[in-house]
This record gives sequence, structure tokens and C-alpha cells, in this order.
Amino acid sequence: MAMAKKYNPDRKLLVGRVAGILTIVAGVLLAARLCVASPTSENAVPSIFKPHSTNAESLYHLSHFVLAITGVIFAVVFSLLAYVMVKFRNRPTDVGREPTPVYGSTQIELAWTVIPIVIVVVLFLATARVIHAIQDSGRPANALEVTAIGHQFWWEFRYPKLGVVTANELHIPVSTPTYLKLLSADTDHSFWVPQLGGKTDLIPNRINEMWIAPQQTGIFLGQCAQYCGTQHAKMLLRVSVESPEDFDKWVRAQKQPAIQDETEAAGRHIFESTSCVNCHAVAGTNATGRFGPDLTHFMSRATIAAGGAENIKENLRLWIQNPDAIKPGSLMPAMKLSDVDLDALVRYLETLR
Amino acid sequence: MSTDVMAIQTAQISTRPWTQILHEWVITVDHKLLGILYILYALVFLVVAGSEAMIMRIQLMYPHDHFVSPQVFNRMFTMHGTTMVFFVGIPMLFGFANYLVPLMIGARDMAFPRLNAFSFWLTALAGFLLYFSFLGGSGLYGAGNAPDVGWWAYAPLTARAFSPGHSTDYWTIALLVSGFGSIGTAINIIATILCMRCPGMKLSRMPLLAWLNLVVSGMVLIAVTPLSAAQIMLCLDRYLGGHFFDTQAGGSATLWMHFFWIFGHPEVYILILPAFAFVSEIVPVFSRKPIFGYPVMVGATLCIGFLSMSVWAHHMFTIGMSSYANSFFTLTTLAVGIPTGIKIFNWLGTMWGGKIQFKTPMLFCIAFLFQFLIAGLTGIMLGSAAFNWQLTGSYFVVAHFHYTLVGGFLFAVFAAFYYWYPKITGRMLNEGFGKLHFWLFFIGFHLTFDLMHIPGMLGMPRRIYTYEPGRGWDLWNLLVTVGAFVQAIATLAFVANLIVSYFKGAKSGNDPWDAWTLEWSVSSPPPAYNFALIPTVVSRRPLWDLKHPEDPDSRYE
Repeated sequence: MAMAKKYNPDRKLLVGRVAGILTIVAGVLLAARLCVASPTSENAVPSIFKPHSTNAESLYHLSHFVLAITGVIFAVVFSLLAYVMVKFRNRPTDVGREPTPVYGSTQIELAWTVIPIVIVVVLFLATARVIHAIQDSGRPANALEVTAIGHQFWWEFRYPKLGVVTANELHIPVSTPTYLKLLSADTDHSFWVPQLGGKTDLIPNRINEMWIAPQQTGIFLGQCAQYCGTQHAKMLLRVSVESPEDFDKWVRAQKQPAIQDETEAAGRHIFESTSCVNCHAVAGTNATGRFGPDLTHFMSRATIAAGGAENIKENLRLWIQNPDAIKPGSLMPAMKLSDVDLDALVRYLETLR
Repeated sequence: MSTDVMAIQTAQISTRPWTQILHEWVITVDHKLLGILYILYALVFLVVAGSEAMIMRIQLMYPHDHFVSPQVFNRMFTMHGTTMVFFVGIPMLFGFANYLVPLMIGARDMAFPRLNAFSFWLTALAGFLLYFSFLGGSGLYGAGNAPDVGWWAYAPLTARAFSPGHSTDYWTIALLVSGFGSIGTAINIIATILCMRCPGMKLSRMPLLAWLNLVVSGMVLIAVTPLSAAQIMLCLDRYLGGHFFDTQAGGSATLWMHFFWIFGHPEVYILILPAFAFVSEIVPVFSRKPIFGYPVMVGATLCIGFLSMSVWAHHMFTIGMSSYANSFFTLTTLAVGIPTGIKIFNWLGTMWGGKIQFKTPMLFCIAFLFQFLIAGLTGIMLGSAAFNWQLTGSYFVVAHFHYTLVGGFLFAVFAAFYYWYPKITGRMLNEGFGKLHFWLFFIGFHLTFDLMHIPGMLGMPRRIYTYEPGRGWDLWNLLVTVGAFVQAIATLAFVANLIVSYFKGAKSGNDPWDAWTLEWSVSSPPPAYNFALIPTVVSRRPLWDLKHPEDPDSRYE
């Protein structure tokens, strides 16, 4: 049976292949169209091709260069493959004759060794230039210093010179570069906000550095990019790039001690007399835990649970009562409070502006 | 084995009680039976690890899906990766090497048949140990089971503080045991190729498949030993108070990374070189031409082998290495593209001027060429350290290495199945089923892994059990899952073909493809001792010389 079909030049097969490729291309274009049309706000999609910082931009230009070169290589080699398949397919007229054997050709092989070497050298030089520009640039005197500490499964941000501590939502000014010192409290993590730059890992017993020089204000999204345990997926990052005035305003607000609203004394008592204080800090109270996020200005953050949920009353209530409902496997324990206590506690937390 | 055992094997195979047949398979030291055992073992785990992938894809179909918990998802990707690399990839390549290398170099068995059996059963034990963790282990989450530290198991996630219970131990011990098995087989293959070639088969006349397996085995010896050492160190850390990787006691997390990737990167070449080996044998036969530039192909293989030892830290561009280290590993990584490119061009050169027959093995090889080209180009993107800072750890890198391991390795393995199944069983695989399998798998593969690059570039990290809606990832993930289902259906068609053709397939005869290497000179399946009379060869294509005495290859080499 196989022998009977042996010399059938399978045109249908070629047509099928071309049709298949066209379908895939059409599908991709259609999907790309849908995808581009869908997002609501400008930075909702954290695409590496929409850079908004100096180094994200240099990576973006490098990526275009690399894509162009690889694109040309693809076009050339694919055309050769397609040509060979069509031109040298077995034809019915060929019955019984074997093609002329060719064992090699020094000139041709030399050519397709030398050309790739040249391409490699070019790509290497282009890359080395960008590596140097990003890694070896000196730190400007006016740079903002932030220490980012990765925890299972949240981010701690400390501004040592400003005396500010916050979590999960990083605030930085637009005009000056920010130097991040990256540490880890437990396992490996990786800081990645695609529109602001590439990844740098946070590794225990090791100090890493990266810098961001944002060019535009706005909220930029990212998340942990190195598997760090059960809830690696919900270790989200929000970076708020602000005008210098807004940033100063934010810093001034963060430096205020926690508000002591006497009408919520009951809730505060619950907070300070349960295990909340073992993990969370509220400046100016006996709550000094550092295992969980600092809550001094908790209500200034848009999300809870490292971006796992919006910071609204219902979510907060659920989060305290049953963290697994929002983030199963997170290290926040279920607090097992009565409804009355829970309401009082949530009301107290809502005063921490 | 004596001649009467051979007679039993060939003539009375169906009349013996099943216990006796089973006993024979367990005690065998025949390289062909062990090869088949390796291949069947790899196929079983291919289905198991494929099912784990399906569970992950269903979970990622929609944002905030609740098909499985994060704990289960993390176990699935750990088990999927570990299984595919150690219990599908390596057994599959050793299975084909075991079966084919002695036949192709004109030997009657491997150099050390008992070591061969020992190595197989070690590997088999390792796979069962890993899967026993579902019953015996408990992972990061304490109450769970099966390892959930990812297939590269970065420290300190594997420390007892973060991985209580025994699941990580099952992972460690399984890899250690399978490592010993791999080292045993690698030594065996090297010894066989260096010492057991038939008269006239100089190294320069050896089939490329044997050459590539020689290089692969050398790489296994160099790469697997550091992994085994690291596993022993991890055991010391976990049970005897060692602090190699225990960061809480001053250990180094990056030390593990170096140990793992100095194994891990050669490992991917260990998997892809056998794929090159299959393609280098199959493309010439279906183009009806000898391989183009044989010495250059051998040189490029050796070159890839050497370079592969110097690229490991390109998995670590984000750990804060110096700009010099990042530049160095960029250069070595890009340099791998040179010998690899030479190989692709030489295959094209082989097809050039040929008469290409689009049989199923050739279809898989052509798809391999197309896909491996793309995988190589995305590899260049990832090899450029600065671009890598954006791409690594995202779905782009997942798409890239599945392009090499599925689009490259697995497609070549499928080609090898269609090509050598007639030799192994004496029956042809059904061509219609084969084409169905090919097209379904081709479409499913491209639907899944072409589109998977996109969410990576849109900022989607790998190893997340769920994601936020509205980030532009939803549609891609849905389509990727659809593609995964198409691949699963195609795999079922393949398995069905393997089973049905075994009983009903057309008889193949000794040489169904009109091929040129020695395995096609013996009966299908080959007799227990392979060659009644050890052959003597005078060129790289001994059967060509036999079929064309008027114009033998030996005249040109």
C-alpha cells in the first residue's frame, strides 16, 4: 500500500500546509486585534513593548534590533525550506532514478559558518552596550533610595532616608532615578514591572540593585517573577509614578504617625491584644511586627493581600476572617473573631489613613 | 543466549505462558529488549506528564479559575517538568540509543549488557520513587503531597523550613537514582561506540546517529555528576545539618543555581542532540541523498557539546551578576547559534537537489526543521542578556523551551517512531493514522506554543496558578488551552496507531524505506544476536554500496 503511493507528489499536502499556516496567521492577527482593543486603561497591559522608563526603553530598542535580525534570518531560512520542499519534491516522472549524490562543499559550508559568526558578533556588541549602559551607570547624587524586601508573598518597601515604610505599592517620583536595594526575607523572588524595566531577583543572603528612571506618571503593574512558594501568583506589584509635588505630598502623609481615633478604641484594643501585632506594625503603637505588611497608613493603599483584592470593607472583612478565600496558602492566619469584634477591627483599620 | 532461545523468541512467542514472557523481559540483558523497555517507560510517563500539563492548562483557561488549588497546581508543574526531563526525555533517548547504536555500528550487543539492565532498572525505580511521593510525601504546604518546589528546585525553597515533610526528599532521591542510571548508560554507550564497531567502520564512517549519541553520552557524564553531587548536598542540608544551600544558616542560594544549571543547560542539548541524530538519519533517506557535509556535521556536534558547558549562567541573568559575567554568557550563548545554524543549513543542503518523499517520518522532520529554527531564534533573543531581563521567567521562556523540547525533541522522536517502528516490530505504522497524527499535532502545537509567547511579552510570569483579568492575557491563555487539547487528541491517535499497527499493520520486510544503514540489513525484528555474520563496511552507507555496486559511496569518501 505504501509502495503504491510512493511517487505521488502530494500537492494536496502542500496546499494543506499553506492553508494551515494562513489560518494560523489569520487567527493570530484577529486575536491581536481583539487583544489590543480590549484593555480599558492605558497601562492595564504590562507589555514590554510599551516602555515608560529610561532602561525599559533601552531594552525596548535592543529588542527591536534583535527582533529585526532574527526576523531576517527566519525569512531567509524559511524561504529556503519552502523552496526546497516545493522544488525538490518527488515527482511521478522520477520513477526509479536516484538523485545525484552530493557529499558536501567547502565553499558553501564556509559561507554559512562565517555569516552566522558575523551576526553573533554584531548581536553581542549591541547587547554588551545595553548591559553596560544599565549596569555600570553611576548612581546620581539625587537618586531616591528604596530598600525592597521580598516576603512570602508580599513586598516590603522601606525608604531609609525618608523614614517611610510601606508594602506592595511602591511610590516613586517621575523626575529622579530610584535605586532599589533588593533583599529577601525568605525564598527567592524577582521584581518585575515590565514597563519600567527588566527583572532583578531578590535572593536571601545577597544584596542586589536595580534602578528605575521613569519618564511618565501613572500606575504600572507587575508581579513576582521567580517562583517563591504556594502563593507566588498573588504577589503583585503596583508602582505609582508621581510628579515630584505628589510624591512629596505622599511622603509627608506617610511620615505622620498613625491616627488615633478614640471612637474606634474598641477595634484598636482588639488589634493590639490579639496576634495581629506579632506580624504587623502600626507606628506609634505597641504593634511592631515585621512579618507582615506595615499598616500605619493602610488605607492609603488601593489593594490588600499584595494585590489579591481591592482594599474595600467587604474584602478586608473576608481577608481577616478567612484569608484562604482570597489567597489560599498565604501566611496570614484566619483570625477567628466574633462578628462584633471583626466589625470593630475593620472600622479601626479603616481609620489608618 | 543460545540458538534455541532465539528460536523460542521468534517462533513460539505466543504459546508461552505470560509469566514466562514477563520473566524474560525482567531478566533480559539484550540491548533491543532494554531499548524497548526504555521507550515504553518513556511513553507511559509522556502520557502521565502530559495529563499534568492538561490540568495546568484547564486551570489557566480563564483568569481566577478554580479548577485546582494553588497547592495542586504547583505540584503539577513540578511533576510535569521533572517527569518530562528525567523520565520521558532521558529514557526516550537512551531507549533509541540502546536499540539502534549496536545495530548501526554492526555490534551484537552493548559493551556491558548487565550494566545496561542495571541502569534501566535504576531509572525505572527513580520514576516510581518520584511518583510514590503522591502517597508518601508532603510538601511546602505541610499537609499536601508530591514535590512542589519547581523542577529546578531553587534553594532555599527546598530547605526544611520551607518544604517540611518528605516530598522534596522523594524528588531529590529520585533524581539521584536516575542520575546513577544515566551515568551507567552513558558509560555503556561510549564504550560500545568506541570498542564494538564492526570491521571497516572507522569513526569517520560511523552513522551520524552514533556520533551524536557518543557526544550526548560524554555530556551526560560531565553534566549529571554535578547534579548528583548537588542532590547529595541537599540531602545533607535537610537531614544532617549541612548548610550548603540553607540561607537561614548562611548558605548560598546561588550556589544551587550554579550546580543546577551547569547540569541543566547541557541537559537541554543532551535532549536535542538525539533529535538531531534522528533527523540526520531520516532526512537523507527521504531526500534520497547522502547527508551534506558529514565532517562538518560531526564538527558542529562536538562544538555544540563543548559550548554547552559554558552557557549555564544564561539562566541566571537576573540574579545580579556583574556586567562582565552577563556579557560573557551572552557571547557563549549566542555562539551556540553558529554550529546549530550549520546543522540546519546542512539538512537543507541534504534536501537540496533531492527527491523528497513526504512520508510521515519526513513530515515530522520537516516540521522539526521549521520549529527548531524558530526555537533557535527565540533562543537568541533570550541569550541577549539585556533582552533576557524582560523575557526570562515569563511565558515567553516557557514557549521557547517547549518549542525546543516539543517542537524539536518530541517531533523528532515521533519521526523516529514512524521510521524505526517497522524495524522494531516488523510491521509498518499506519500511514493514514500517521498523517492524521502529524497534522493534528502540528496544528495543536502551533496553536499552543506560538501564542504562548505573547502573554509572556505582555508581562505574564510563569508558574502562576491564576492571573488577574484585564491584563490582555485572557484570550491567549484560552487559545493555548484549546491547542493543548488538540495535541492531547493527536497523542491519542498516535498511541492508537502504535497499538493497532502492532497487530494489524502491513508487514514491513527488512528494509521498507530503501535505507542505507546497517540496521536495515537484518530481519525485522532483528534476531537476538543481531548479525549472524559480523558485517564489514567500506563507506558511510554500507547498504548503498550493496544496492549500487556499480557506483559505491566508497569511491567518493
